Amino acid sequence: MKLLSRKASCNSHGQDSSYFAGWQEYEKNPYDEVKNPQGIIQMGLAENQLSFDLLESWLAQNPDAAGFKRNGESIFRELALFQDYHGLPAFKNALVEFMAEIRGNKVSFDSNNLVLTAGATSANETLMFCLANPGEAFLLPTPYYPGFDRDLKWRTEVEIVPIQCSSSNGFRITESALEEAYQQAQNRNLKVKGVLVTNPSNPLGISLSRHELNLLVSFIAAKGIHLISDEIYSGTVFNSPGFVSIMEVLMNKNYVNSPVRNRVHIVYSLSKDLGLPGFRVGAIYSNDKMVVESATKMSSFGLISSQTQYLLSEMLSDKKFTKNYVSENRKRVKQRHAMLIRGLKNAGIPCLESNAGLFCWVDMRHLLSSKTFEAEMELWKKIVYQVGLNISPGSSCHCIEPGWFRMCFANMSEQTLNLAIQRIKSFVNSISESNNISPNQQYSNKSSRRKSFSKWVFRLSFHDRETER
Amino acid sequence: MAQCQTESHLAAPAKQNNLKLHEHTNKITTAYFPTTKNPPPPHTSGNPISAFDSPTTHMTRNPDSEPEARKPTRTGMRLIVPLQGIVQGRGGLLLGSLIPCALVYFFQVYLKRHRSSNPQSPSTSAENLPELHRSSSRANLLTRGSIGRVHVSARASSIAKPNDSPYYIGLDRVREDPYDEMNNPNGIIQLGLSENRLSLDLIEEWLSRNLSGSMLAEGGDDLNIRGIATYQPSDGLMELKVAMAGFMTEVMGRTVSFNPSSVVLTSGATSALEILSFCLADQGNAFLVPTPYYPGFDRDMRWRTGVELIPVHCRSCDDFTLSIKALDQAFNQARKRGQKVRGVLISNPSNPVGNLLSRVMLYDLLDFARERNIHIISDEIFAGSTHGNEEFVSMAEILNSEDSDRDRVHIIYGLSKDFSLPGFRVGVIYSFNENVLAASRKLTRFASVSTPTQRLVVSMLSDTQFTQEYMKTNRERIKTMHDLFVEGLRELGIESAKSSACLYCFVDMSRFISPYNEKGELELWDKLLNIAKINVTPGSACHCIEPGWFRCCYTTLNEKEIPLVIERIRKVVETCKLSG
Repeated sequence: MKLLSRKASCNSHGQDSSYFAGWQEYEKNPYDEVKNPQGIIQMGLAENQLSFDLLESWLAQNPDAAGFKRNGESIFRELALFQDYHGLPAFKNALVEFMAEIRGNKVSFDSNNLVLTAGATSANETLMFCLANPGEAFLLPTPYYPGFDRDLKWRTEVEIVPIQCSSSNGFRITESALEEAYQQAQNRNLKVKGVLVTNPSNPLGISLSRHELNLLVSFIAAKGIHLISDEIYSGTVFNSPGFVSIMEVLMNKNYVNSPVRNRVHIVYSLSKDLGLPGFRVGAIYSNDKMVVESATKMSSFGLISSQTQYLLSEMLSDKKFTKNYVSENRKRVKQRHAMLIRGLKNAGIPCLESNAGLFCWVDMRHLLSSKTFEAEMELWKKIVYQVGLNISPGSSCHCIEPGWFRMCFANMSEQTLNLAIQRIKSFVNSISESNNISPNQQYSNKSSRRKSFSKWVFRLSFHDRETER
Repeated sequence: MAQCQTESHLAAPAKQNNLKLHEHTNKITTAYFPTTKNPPPPHTSGNPISAFDSPTTHMTRNPDSEPEARKPTRTGMRLIVPLQGIVQGRGGLLLGSLIPCALVYFFQVYLKRHRSSNPQSPSTSAENLPELHRSSSRANLLTRGSIGRVHVSARASSIAKPNDSPYYIGLDRVREDPYDEMNNPNGIIQLGLSENRLSLDLIEEWLSRNLSGSMLAEGGDDLNIRGIATYQPSDGLMELKVAMAGFMTEVMGRTVSFNPSSVVLTSGATSALEILSFCLADQGNAFLVPTPYYPGFDRDMRWRTGVELIPVHCRSCDDFTLSIKALDQAFNQARKRGQKVRGVLISNPSNPVGNLLSRVMLYDLLDFARERNIHIISDEIFAGSTHGNEEFVSMAEILNSEDSDRDRVHIIYGLSKDFSLPGFRVGVIYSFNENVLAASRKLTRFASVSTPTQRLVVSMLSDTQFTQEYMKTNRERIKTMHDLFVEGLRELGIESAKSSACLYCFVDMSRFISPYNEKGELELWDKLLNIAKINVTPGSACHCIEPGWFRCCYTTLNEKEIPLVIERIRKVVETCKLSG
């Protein structure tokens, strides 16, 4: 009687792998300043805890918002029964204004084009359901968020074809890489339905340049396909060049009355910019009526509780609060980012120059015993088990070069980050000392055996537990 | 009481097949005529939906439609190719293609007329409710190739179609013109929405007692900002699972004890059902579902999964109780068609009838599932909304005494009905199958419950004194309303199906419909909506095989409104009697 569906039964792969063991190691032994100071520090979780004090004080000052009250009057009955998949109008209006604010009010959004979902995870999957049939493909620039392998593909049966980006140009998207990916999809007999980018990029922490965005729009215009711009980190851009939303590009060019407008869709969420992943609030913004219509109906499978919608509508309508929050939060992200960069630099570890995100894209190629993904895993294991830092290896993000790692910095206190930096510094020192002992081991002919691990294995190295992004 | 129809339920699938073949023939002809392969996207042209009307109406509910869809193509080709040969001798290519095209066209026109003049029998009611059954199999959509516009997926275009089922039309009408004692006394009274407003005051009172000040000031380590803002397990907080398992144990009469680690929390029962559908069946597989059933099953189980539902008809002469024989026949017919049946989906207490499955029936059902080696999904979302003397027996209780087949049973629960909190979106999958639990937990990443809401519900459900009092009072109030409503109808000479749970009456108005088929039923529904100004759910929306039954939800009303509703029904019923 093991009559489960293919989808349900295919998901336990890789559980006996060393990656999984490493992951369990972290779960067993999590760092705690007081209770477990020797434990493993979680640096694989892109969570923003930097501005909790601001949220806390707002909630303390506005008890009505969480208490089902409007101007002191109970609106509990209204909220208890509210389950309209069009969402609470007040919340949608507040959310589109917040989105515009984060984009410097250079663009505006119409709340009729907005669909609410249970987090960006669900928003991305819903768009896949809407835009592609099983067996059709989306192109994604690498390295990309490992969760996409499951979120975009699992239930929808859509395929992902990588757009290969490399460190040689700072992992920027090029025309030739786009064409190559398109060609590769055709070679595999896959119909390409669109391109999905994260802007700012997870895991790179860089926002897309205007040049790249123009490139993408003309590419999808030429091929007659869709573009999904996942902009959930838009509020974390802390340095110039500033954030350019795909919406801005659509305004500037001659796209205003072009059908291309209807083929560009934005994914947004409050998990990163407002640091509220526990609230499970995501959104799809699209100019295509049909996409909006069907995504709205599909949102039945992941509605946001009315209590949460009401609470957030009150919070986001408080313009004074949002304005202060956005600028203060940016400042803090910038500070933290600088702290990690500085610490790593002192340890002789460079990072990709970045201007956004809650993480750094760290270059540890010089610490690998060989230029292979096997060596990357070896190093990763050392960092988890010996150094006590849970970070994400580039291979889990489908990076084509071994030796890159994503390190998150916003889900912990300053002291903890300092400790993490200390740990990595002493680790590097210990390597450089022992390095003189066996230099010839570096070029042992280990072939790149990355392929021998199932994709599930790689995903597990990210914060597999849940909805981490 | 409507008499039992002589026509056997066996005829229903056969009829569907017939109908389907027509549709395919239709489809082939339409596919021949447009010569453009991919017409440019109608972005600027008026209504983009119109482009999809024809493909969506051709969708069928049968998963083996893929091979069938091809069959007519081949016969079509067989017809055309020899004709071309004959004609080419004289008229050349032009006539050779015109004549067969014309033939096919006239054939299509003939079919259309034939179909529209054909009075619709109740058993085809399923096919006439456009929105609810549109999911169709994906394979079928794919074989069609062009769907008008290249950009959007076939799944999306079928779902985007406007809802023209009476179920949704009624709900929309109420939204436009809702009854209000003071402000809109002539508005439409809502009896079509499955909502319980009888006991909201109890929860409101609890909130005012317990939710003082800021939600963060409640004390306890978890109720700081970290406890609500950060990532939490997507399948729910352990605290809520514990509280939920306790609540379920309470609701099911403490005859079984639910294990918190077998609880998976989802954003509403809607996503719980979809997740189970994804876990238990592949695209094209089917579940057997006793009718009449909850209209939402078609959406939840089928839309995105490509899974099919096979109705197994229950009749008024049996008080709409399930028969294993009927299940068995439906199973065998599906197997003959080459369709894999993965399980039985029951709702107990049953929506829309409100009756309960007996202990004996549950044992039989389990035996059936064991013999056929299939799953059972038991939707027990109304378990706490019983009001009669009859005992509710959970599927879980049956298993307690019989451990061998636990892993084929999966239970759906939620707080939307028994606890009147649909806005909170708290649904439950309770399964005895470790693999299903593991897969479901992963799938909850697409449908988690918001953490602040979970925290609130934890404290609410943990107050067991409150929940016990609530359940008791709520049951009493449902009973009062049920008795008043049924008695009011009885005075009009209208009977309801025997029921001892849920928020509805399933009302027999078959005497007042003419003709005795779905058309007659919808005419009466229309009168009730537009003349009597009450919105009820016609049985056809629930796939009921007998016409003339209506689901009336009375828990959205207050006691004072019942005489008003009865009076409004009387007016329409009297005109029906006169004209009949």
